[in-house]
Amino acid sequence: MIGPLALDVAHLFAGGLVLVSVMLLYQDRMTGLINTFALHALVVSMSVAWQAFIQNAPHLYITAAIALVIKAVVIPVALRRMVVRLGIHRTIEPVVSIGLTMLAAIGLIALSIMVMLPITAQAGTLAREDLSFALSVILLGLLMMISRRNAVSQVIGFMSIENGLILAATGAKGMPLVVEISVAFSILVALIVIGIFLFRIRERFETVDIHLLHEHRGEQP
Amino acid sequence: MLEGLLWCIATLLATGVAALALARRRVASALVYGISLGATSVAFSAALASLLAPAALGGSLTLPVGLPWLGAHFRLDALASFFLLVVNLGGAAASLFGLGYGRHEESPGRVLPFFPAFLAGMNLVVLAADAFTFLFAWEFMSLSSWALVMAHHRRPGNAAAGYLYLLMASFGTLALILAFGLLAGPTGGYSFEAIRLAPPAATISGVVLVLVLIGAGSKAGLVPLHVWLPLAHPAAPTHVSALMSGVMTKVAVYGFVRIVFDLLGPPAWWWGALVPLLGGITAVLGVLYALMQDDLKRLLAYSTVENVGIIFIGLGLALAFEANGMTGAAALALTAALLHVFNHALFKSLLFFGAGAVLGATGERNMERLGGLIHRMPRTAFAFLIGSAAISALPPFNGFVSEWLTFQAILLSPALPQWLLKFLVPAVGALLALSAALAAACFVKAFGITFLGRPRSPVAAEAGETDRWSQAAMLGLAALCLLAGILPGYFIDALAPVIQTLTGTSLPRQEQLDWLTIVPIAQSRSSYNGLLLFFFIALAAGLGAEVIHRLASAAVRRSPAWDCGFPDASPATQYTAGSISQPIRRVFGSVLFRAREEVDLPPPGDTRAARLRVRLRDVPWDVLYAPIAGMVGFVADRLNKLQFLTIRGYLTLVFGALVALLMVLTVWQ
Amino acid sequence: MILDALVQLCQMMVVLALAPLLAGYVRKVKALLVGRRGPPMVQPYRDLLRLLRKEVVLADSASWVFRATPYLVFAATWVGAALVPTFATGLLFSYAADMIAIVALLGSARFMLALAGLDVGTSFGGIGSSREMMIASLAEPAMLMVVFTLSLLAGSTQLSSIAAFMQGPDVGLRVSLALALVALVMVAIAENARIPVDNPATHLELTMVHEAMILEYSGRYLALIELASFVKLLLYISVIGCVFAPWGIAAAGDGFTATLTGLAAYVGKLALAGFLLAAFETAIAKMRVFRVSDFLGAALMLGVLAALLRFVSRLT
Repeated sequence: MIGPLALDVAHLFAGGLVLVSVMLLYQDRMTGLINTFALHALVVSMSVAWQAFIQNAPHLYITAAIALVIKAVVIPVALRRMVVRLGIHRTIEPVVSIGLTMLAAIGLIALSIMVMLPITAQAGTLAREDLSFALSVILLGLLMMISRRNAVSQVIGFMSIENGLILAATGAKGMPLVVEISVAFSILVALIVIGIFLFRIRERFETVDIHLLHEHRGEQP
Repeated sequence: MLEGLLWCIATLLATGVAALALARRRVASALVYGISLGATSVAFSAALASLLAPAALGGSLTLPVGLPWLGAHFRLDALASFFLLVVNLGGAAASLFGLGYGRHEESPGRVLPFFPAFLAGMNLVVLAADAFTFLFAWEFMSLSSWALVMAHHRRPGNAAAGYLYLLMASFGTLALILAFGLLAGPTGGYSFEAIRLAPPAATISGVVLVLVLIGAGSKAGLVPLHVWLPLAHPAAPTHVSALMSGVMTKVAVYGFVRIVFDLLGPPAWWWGALVPLLGGITAVLGVLYALMQDDLKRLLAYSTVENVGIIFIGLGLALAFEANGMTGAAALALTAALLHVFNHALFKSLLFFGAGAVLGATGERNMERLGGLIHRMPRTAFAFLIGSAAISALPPFNGFVSEWLTFQAILLSPALPQWLLKFLVPAVGALLALSAALAAACFVKAFGITFLGRPRSPVAAEAGETDRWSQAAMLGLAALCLLAGILPGYFIDALAPVIQTLTGTSLPRQEQLDWLTIVPIAQSRSSYNGLLLFFFIALAAGLGAEVIHRLASAAVRRSPAWDCGFPDASPATQYTAGSISQPIRRVFGSVLFRAREEVDLPPPGDTRAARLRVRLRDVPWDVLYAPIAGMVGFVADRLNKLQFLTIRGYLTLVFGALVALLMVLTVWQ
Repeated sequence: MILDALVQLCQMMVVLALAPLLAGYVRKVKALLVGRRGPPMVQPYRDLLRLLRKEVVLADSASWVFRATPYLVFAATWVGAALVPTFATGLLFSYAADMIAIVALLGSARFMLALAGLDVGTSFGGIGSSREMMIASLAEPAMLMVVFTLSLLAGSTQLSSIAAFMQGPDVGLRVSLALALVALVMVAIAENARIPVDNPATHLELTMVHEAMILEYSGRYLALIELASFVKLLLYISVIGCVFAPWGIAAAGDGFTATLTGLAAYVGKLALAGFLLAAFETAIAKMRVFRVSDFLGAALMLGVLAALLRFVSRLT
């Protein structure tokens, strides 16, 4: 039987992931953003490892290792190299001020709690709250994608959505390894594709600010 | 007791009428204010006696005036006696201030008749026990205050302020008439007794709540119906502004409490969601607007809006608790709200009197042209400082006690079962905390720019202290602020009969607790001791001073300010009202008010001064009022064609109306 | 009764005596971390004594507010710090130690200090006052939301009840506590004028908040204000310690050895917190002034989130 302390620690990891998602929204510089994303991936891998420990599911250790190596080490290093090579602007410009983004963040967290808690009335309280935290992380990742003008921050927002999905899936018992490998692979592929695109965009327009792309679509910005 | 109060009101009305005739005489001002002071003091003592000795309560009277089948009902119960206490305390203080201030009134004939009438109207509203008397007194109060707002109607902006005030007051009274109509129902019993015995159905109650929020809320100053307040309150003479801000808004709160808590049936839970939300938004918007002002009286008027928001947060929480049957918590929330009513009347009157003293001494309301007045007007400055500390909710003054009680009520809210309330109440708590912190910033600005620093204009450099009467009024109110902060238990006990009638329970008796602590719920839960805190601070300060006196050098040398070695001694280099609120304006205002700073720099070689202008957008005005005004104008233009029809056209209208009514009759049957 | 009064008095004196030592310790650790030798740890005591002996230079336009403020600021801060349980809970006047009252006491001290900044009528004082009020307008609500979270957990706003609850078995590893801790640390950094919000060692206009308000003070007034800011740092560390690290605090009526252990534990907590503060300040650069509002806005949001979690759930 899983003891209450173990469940509390898992819950703490989930809350910590929400905290790091909020920290992601707070960053206004590229290096800070990439480091915080590395922390995000680290917290997710620690959470998955803890779930592996308390659920006695050794295949989750592999998931944790994949999250740690790929998302906490490889991808941040790759992003940092891309930032340096493409010469991308080091400051990230938010669409609305960071204060308003934080306000929207807390509204989204409240919304996910409001949605999740009544729906999952049969499950145990901690599982319900873990699910609402996971939904918050997904919504905050989406918020990050829409509230920044920079393509790198949108890539990071996309990956933090995926971290939220991992949190949700490992919280409920039993997620097969196959799914995780395919998910991680698709992420890697997506990253390579996006990287290529970024390189091409930078070549053509000297910038990766999407805002400026609109002018070339023939529509008004 | 009730007869005595009605005699006081009659005296005030008679004084008003007499002042119409006597206004030209030199002695008229002293006479009118003196009699008002006497009448309001008598009424205050009567109200206090009936609040403290509940055996004398419950007097009611019916006079054969007004509507023939209704008469005029008056009743003195606990709620009425508390609000009479507030009204007459404010009235007495304003009359005392007016004894000195009224001497340099330039058009006494426009002020003296209406001042006692205004006081009489407010007292009548509180005593009224049927709908007609209530509405009649309400309109009388509005009209007499409108006349006072228009007293200096030649000054720029005052006529527009008066017009807007009249418009909003009429709109509010219309809402109240509809509310009372719904309350009386098909039987048409207009007296409060009859209404209490036959509470309306749930949907009708909801509609009545919204109408009362519009009607009483617009008089109190709830957003978005507050727009008249910052224009009208400063336009009136100062003691009238103090009455309007400190007392008339409380009469509006009385109207809300009377109708919603007393006359309507049991509340629905969504009332407890709507009212605190409105209160929270009003509190934050009010104080942010106050921070953007550089007119001292407008700043105080917006601060009134903020405090009304705080009162409505307390009232809304009480409704939420009542709807869920948590009567103890409802008693706490209602105590917090009513205590804040009393406290706000005290310190807002004090602050307005200070502003009036400054206005009388310098002729300036604009803070950008004041400064250094603490040296020229030391007692006014001291009283204003006490008022600023009290309104910023700093211990050991009274503002902190009511805020503390409101926070304790919020901390009881997790027991509320509805989901929306569970999300709303912490948000409202955050809004309350934010408004308290911003209020402190606002009053640092108000006191600091007006009284501290160096004079920014010649009139500020040559101001003189005000007269004895004004000082007495201000210092008396300051002493009451401190007293209510140090001995809050007595005030809470005095409120107990009111809370008892409205919610069925009341807070535990506070007076036998050790060291005069207040314990709103249970000793183990939370307690506050104002006297002990005050004692500790005094002791620590005294100890520090004593040790310093022994150990340290006592030498003091006066010299020009250090200013980091900057040699310019011009007072224009010090911070202005606009600059001290610039960080907050930039953080909050750039989003809420689209605050933009425009700098107009002259080209090189041109010697005129550069100008910095701050442009703000008034959101309720632009979003709500301007479109409505436009629509009204549009519709009026269209309907104007009705003025120019031929005789055949008018006959067609009459014929069409007759046919339509006959068709309605057939369909109905 | 007499013993209780003695213990309460002892707490007040301990707080006053340790505050300059804590400030000196933090300075020394900061210096050592960047490779300097640094001033001795007792240097703040010497500074205070030196200031006491000096003559006060008062500006011509200074009023009684300027002269009274150091005493009031010192008194309010000292009373607040004396009410926080440091080595023992359940002291004689612990029921007066309501957390909201302590926050409001610090607010009074800040109010008077901001007025003193405006009193002399220079632009530096105005800079300090306006920025301080902006920081306060966000830090105080954040602090109040942390207080809400804690009192919703412990069922009381009294600090000694909260400390006793935190020592008890009912407290678990809760998300709202973690969020409240982060928010409280952020507020403590802002209120004590530490990097990254304000630089306590500077006199440059661009980085000044607290230093700008007290620019005109000298002699014994400056000594009182410096001592008050040391006591304020001690107060915040004591609050964090007694709420989030309550091990070792003696309960009411526990006996002499328990009190001594409590004292030793308290000194240990101060040392650890001072070291962490020094390391944090050395590792990070100061923020732009208008980034401070984002920083404190984030603290406010975390506080609101923590309170929200307490409202909607029994377990977080």
